[in-house]
Amino acid sequence: MPLDQLNNSIIYFDNAATSWPKPAGMMAAMINYNEMIGGSPGRSGHQRSLDAGRVIMEAREVLAELFGCDDSLRIAFTKNATEALNIALSGILNPGDHVITSSMEHNSVMRPLRFLETQGVHLSVVPCSGDGRLNPADVIAAIRPHTRLLVVTHASNVTGTIQPIAELGRIARNHGIIFCVDAAQTAGSLPINVDEMAIDFLAFSGHKSLFGPQGTGGLYVREGLEKQIRPLMMGGTGSRSEFERQPDFMPDKYESGTPNTIGLAGLGAGVRFVLAEGVEAIRSKEEMLTTRFLAGLAALSGITVYGPPDAANRTAVVSFNIAGISPSEAALELDERFGILCRPGLHCAPTAHRTIGTFSHGTIRFGFGYFNKDEEISPALKAIQYLAGGDTEYSIR
Amino acid sequence: MEEQRYIVFLFPSVSYALKAEKILKAAGTAHKLIPVPRHISSDCGVCLRTTEDKQLDVAGELLGRVKWDKVVLL
Repeated sequence: MPLDQLNNSIIYFDNAATSWPKPAGMMAAMINYNEMIGGSPGRSGHQRSLDAGRVIMEAREVLAELFGCDDSLRIAFTKNATEALNIALSGILNPGDHVITSSMEHNSVMRPLRFLETQGVHLSVVPCSGDGRLNPADVIAAIRPHTRLLVVTHASNVTGTIQPIAELGRIARNHGIIFCVDAAQTAGSLPINVDEMAIDFLAFSGHKSLFGPQGTGGLYVREGLEKQIRPLMMGGTGSRSEFERQPDFMPDKYESGTPNTIGLAGLGAGVRFVLAEGVEAIRSKEEMLTTRFLAGLAALSGITVYGPPDAANRTAVVSFNIAGISPSEAALELDERFGILCRPGLHCAPTAHRTIGTFSHGTIRFGFGYFNKDEEISPALKAIQYLAGGDTEYSIR
Repeated sequence: MEEQRYIVFLFPSVSYALKAEKILKAAGTAHKLIPVPRHISSDCGVCLRTTEDKQLDVAGELLGRVKWDKVVLL
């Protein structure tokens, strides 16, 4: 029987782009907001407005719990991790400042930094090893007297490589450098503690491992630093309405305009799911799936796998290539013939692909999630084996 | 007997008032969020009303956990 006929439903392996499915409670929370609340938070004192505000506050509180942050008001909501990173980078860096980053960054970090470079900010991009790891000693060597900021991804969206964040945090703190972490790939799937890791800014995505809807994300700002970061947008905050100047306190300084309350209702529910399941349990399941997949790939010929060899040093992301077929062609075949959904190409991280030697053709990226099942790995491996020309048992034409 | 007078805690923004509300609910301290009275401030937000005899209790609960701007007698 053709393999594609064995699978009458899709196999979703694009969780590194956005998680799917979401916990049932996520949509229920959004429907509840829409049907039972519906007010604009912080914009009046009536009960529906206050209830909307409570929805957002609850989302802040569970996120603060997840990140080991004492004060939930240190978290400002944004529409995604990219906006959070832009606030941090554009807001803190001034002409003449020096900033250090890694060669594994996503464009959400690299593009703002390259723009800031044109405005007089000095940028050092520290090369990572071929499997994407940043050596802390190389960061120390890059520090200059006027280094203001170190910005590093917690884990690469291309290879899943987990960076030594706690060690980098200690280095930054010891040198009086502000430490910004891009947790788009790790918030909800790896333990994060802003105090233990000495993180000053934590940018996170709401719609990946936090199981919120798209259009949600946020930025944690260590106490006092908000005085130094310019907001990206200014406008109505519902507070200090008598003044024409933007409030200078968290989270209002970075939350102008009516927020995505319905989305944050969903995000709050997603984070509650993460807390209930436990980050360790989520990590354990994802690591098991990744281990299984990596072992399966190792048994195939014609496959090149990128990133750390074992699942322990990466998130549930595996980038690979199949000899004789381009990533985009492979992804199309996987989708159309086998119902396997993944992401080919450069993954908005050209510098990361240069680091691992896959620029400009890119890789095929599988991103596993907590809701993937062990039994989905085997059909995927068979499909890859077929595309690699190693198995003619299955007919796809 | 003289009626108990009300006071309001004013916060930097609604987010702070809602956090204070959560803390006081957990502590079982009587309070109510109300729109900021016009004669106190032209702010469009809310403040936290309680009775005058609860001022120290409320302040004690909130101290170090959520900032407030000032306390005003209604």
